[in-house]
Amino acid sequence: MRLYAVVVAGGFRRHATYRVATFAGVFTNTVFGFILAYTYIALWDERPHLGGYDMSEALTYVWLGQALLMTCAMMGGGFEDELMERIRTGDIAVDLYRPADLQLWWLAGDLGRAAFHLLGRGIVPMVLGALAFDLALPGSPWVWLAFLVSVALGVVVSFAVRFLVSLSAFWLLDGAGAMQIAWLAGLFFSGMLLPLPLFPGVLGEVARALPWSSLLQVPADVFLGRYAGWDLLRAYGFQAGWAVALLLAGRLLQSVATRRVVVQGG
Amino acid sequence: MAEVRVERVAVEPETVFAERSRLVEGVRAYGLIVAMWLRSTMAYRASFVMTAVGNFLVTGFDFVTIMLMFGHVDALGGFTLPEIALLYGASATAFGLTDLLLGSMDRLGRRVRDGTLDTLLVRPVPVLAQVAADRFALRRLGRITQGLLVLGYALLTLDIAWTPLKVLVLPLMVLSGAAIFGAVFVVGAAFQFYAQDASEVQSAFTYGGTTLLQYPPSIFAKDLVRGVTFVVPLAFVSWLPALYVLGRDYPVDLPRWVAFLPPVVAAGCWVLAGLAWRAGLRAYRSTGS
Repeated sequence: MRLYAVVVAGGFRRHATYRVATFAGVFTNTVFGFILAYTYIALWDERPHLGGYDMSEALTYVWLGQALLMTCAMMGGGFEDELMERIRTGDIAVDLYRPADLQLWWLAGDLGRAAFHLLGRGIVPMVLGALAFDLALPGSPWVWLAFLVSVALGVVVSFAVRFLVSLSAFWLLDGAGAMQIAWLAGLFFSGMLLPLPLFPGVLGEVARALPWSSLLQVPADVFLGRYAGWDLLRAYGFQAGWAVALLLAGRLLQSVATRRVVVQGG
Repeated sequence: MAEVRVERVAVEPETVFAERSRLVEGVRAYGLIVAMWLRSTMAYRASFVMTAVGNFLVTGFDFVTIMLMFGHVDALGGFTLPEIALLYGASATAFGLTDLLLGSMDRLGRRVRDGTLDTLLVRPVPVLAQVAADRFALRRLGRITQGLLVLGYALLTLDIAWTPLKVLVLPLMVLSGAAIFGAVFVVGAAFQFYAQDASEVQSAFTYGGTTLLQYPPSIFAKDLVRGVTFVVPLAFVSWLPALYVLGRDYPVDLPRWVAFLPPVVAAGCWVLAGLAWRAGLRAYRSTGS
């Protein structure tokens, strides 16, 4: 366990090195936050309580999206490029020799990355958004805590999806196309473009049932206090269920893939 | 020392072409490098088709979002879906053209960081042309296609009282718009000579700018509209000319003839961008590795 804690810290520190890039990212998140906030105001002006959110809840949703964009890697930006490159070049053979579990190793690094992005690129846009607009911030510290747990589960689901897709490089060698499709799905089905309750009919139901809704929609609803008591546990259960299922799938695919590496003789 | 000598030898051919203008030379070099990348792209046709389709889809999501919004409302900021489609199509097509021609400019920061920019400096070809043509990606046609489709949808569904002037404004808008975005790309790249890993600031103005222009100006705060009219003149890309075509008033008091200013504004932007680029290039210090 100590090993993986060190890897988490390493992932955090590694991303904390890029200070100018972090400032630049905060600037970009803030600019997009403002643009989206005005479009949401126009939308909610026409239809107050659209999707069950009032205006300030809708605006809060916008800024949560900007805060979690990098944390939950909804448009990529995590470890996946590096892992696919290691698979393509064969460096992965060295990783498999290490006395550490491949999946846990990359998960630990990604958790560190996510923690840094939550602090580095999440807090400042959120504060600026709260200064410029009337946001619905939770009053109870327990809701903030519940939100953080939900974000953590979202990060694990996001990791599990990206790990699965990265392993496709064992067969495709160039997994860039598969990864692009995964990013597209993440962007669309996480609720980043528009809250999922606004999606029409079956599309909305499907979107809410897919793993990507764990990345933004569920944490945002926890933040907005829509889940309490058993409902909160059910929301956690949904996220954790997807996390476990996808991690197990990744583990299975990993063992198939590594056997393949051995067959090739490394 | 040896490297310095190589540099001098390499620079010499420049004097041979001295009588030819730098611009013509730059465009020619750009064309040659682009042709090289095109050949390399076409070596993997299946991969090209997949990434082009991906490019088409990812930019298409922006309009899908707007359509989902119109599933709940009939107008956004007083604009109907076809009217917003005109704003969107004009902005997306103009930005797509710029992205195709100059989309690799945001790699400059990486080149400054890892020192590979030096390779470009010793070649007898304008650096701007080399940076712009670097890794030319034909897959970006996907974005232009998507923008043109939405523009076509707008023109088919809108009921516009066409005049010769309004017809003239359309191509003027898209081409000048692309030029204005281009100037923003160059200024952003020049900024990266100083802030090497801040390419995201550039995205705020380019990708953020095109997202902003896809919605009607009436939904944004007056100060924001003034900012993108007078400070970073993105409003001339699509808002001002498109509102003229639609016969609507501009939210900030401006005469109607400003709709014809985009070429002038684009020229002005390029003068400033050229100055910024020169200043940036002059300030460049190699990593020394």
